[in-house]
Amino acid sequence: MKYLISLLIGLATGVAAFLALLYFNPLTSQNKLSPVSVTDEDLIVLNYSAVATNALIYTNDGESQVAPHPAKVLQLWEPPIRRTDAMATVLTDSRNTVVGVGMKFSSDSESTNLLNGEAIIDSVWHIYLPGRGSLFVEQKENYWTYLREIVIPARWSSGDNWRGIWNGDITSGPGALGTARVIGGSGAFDGLDTHGLESLSAKAYSVEQGPVAIDAKLTIEIPRLQSEPTPDP
Amino acid sequence: MFKTFIAGILLGIVGAVAALYYLPAVNQFREQSLIVVHPNQGNTESFHVNVPMDRIMIGVPGQQEPLPAGLIWSGDDKLAGTRAELFKIRNGKDIVVGVASRIAASHEETGNIIEWVFHLPARGSVYVIMQPQPAEGGYRVGSLKTGTRDFAALHGRVTERWVADTSGSEDAPAGRIEIITAFVAELEDEE
Repeated sequence: MKYLISLLIGLATGVAAFLALLYFNPLTSQNKLSPVSVTDEDLIVLNYSAVATNALIYTNDGESQVAPHPAKVLQLWEPPIRRTDAMATVLTDSRNTVVGVGMKFSSDSESTNLLNGEAIIDSVWHIYLPGRGSLFVEQKENYWTYLREIVIPARWSSGDNWRGIWNGDITSGPGALGTARVIGGSGAFDGLDTHGLESLSAKAYSVEQGPVAIDAKLTIEIPRLQSEPTPDP
Repeated sequence: MFKTFIAGILLGIVGAVAALYYLPAVNQFREQSLIVVHPNQGNTESFHVNVPMDRIMIGVPGQQEPLPAGLIWSGDDKLAGTRAELFKIRNGKDIVVGVASRIAASHEETGNIIEWVFHLPARGSVYVIMQPQPAEGGYRVGSLKTGTRDFAALHGRVTERWVADTSGSEDAPAGRIEIITAFVAELEDEE
């Protein structure tokens, strides 16, 4: 009997040691500099609030941590869309002026691999900027660092919340350098095929409500037109 | 007993690694794809939106009865000519398989725009640009601009049309938006 108890305590210790190694593993830290952050090209920066109650609408399966907004919005409870969130939000520029509207679909990704520090969400944006055109953004978002530095500390906190300053890029693909793929649909963006990056700036998180004070930023690189070389007279 | 404890630790570590490696953290629910092969006309897949029950949002300035109830749409002049909608989409068996967004906008600089994004969580997403003017028969025709995951290597066209309900049943929807996709893979050049 004492051998069985010893084995069970050993098993629990082994699992706990592994989870601690996974949590504290510095190799899964994601504070890499994105190429979009240091590009010489023109940038479009679109800001929005990542707090559900600040969105025009936010909906999910209705049983998740973050409550749908407004309360009577249709919920995504059917099995094929149960692990999907939908959001519509107003997008603003750096002067907080409305520049357009964006709708985002986010689904838990089957490429999630916690061993490698990858908590992946597959998401797409459908964006319309009146007077400029429309954009489609495809990205893989990795929330591992967000989970490790905000969500888990909030759960450990006696007040069930987290407060601080956390800035991080959540885009991790599908671009080889961890950038989102951006396709222009109409207007001035027609034919555009470029990169993007979504980042979060968090100040407060609650275990009960989810994000309380988190701003998000979508940065899109707009390549400058290459001028045609003029022939030497 | 100490050796048993050490063996337990090793077994615990190996078990946790194996569990994370072999058990999928996410397994999206899949519905069967219902693709129809037509004689000499390629293949199509039909989706539809039952209106009003599958409509999640209508984003238009100045709505008397906003959908969903409680929606406060932006009154900014910038969005004056913009109509943004969110839907659930169903397959040919009337089962919800995804969500979709539709933008219809009119602006003097960009002209008229009608676009869809269909998001099927287990398969990927498609971005479709529709022609603003409807074709004969009440259809509007569009083309696949780009796709993700299962749709990444495809190209083709999409049609949409409004089909009013004629059943007269009390529980029946007012009608449905019928969406038919005809996608094929890119032909690769042979060496």
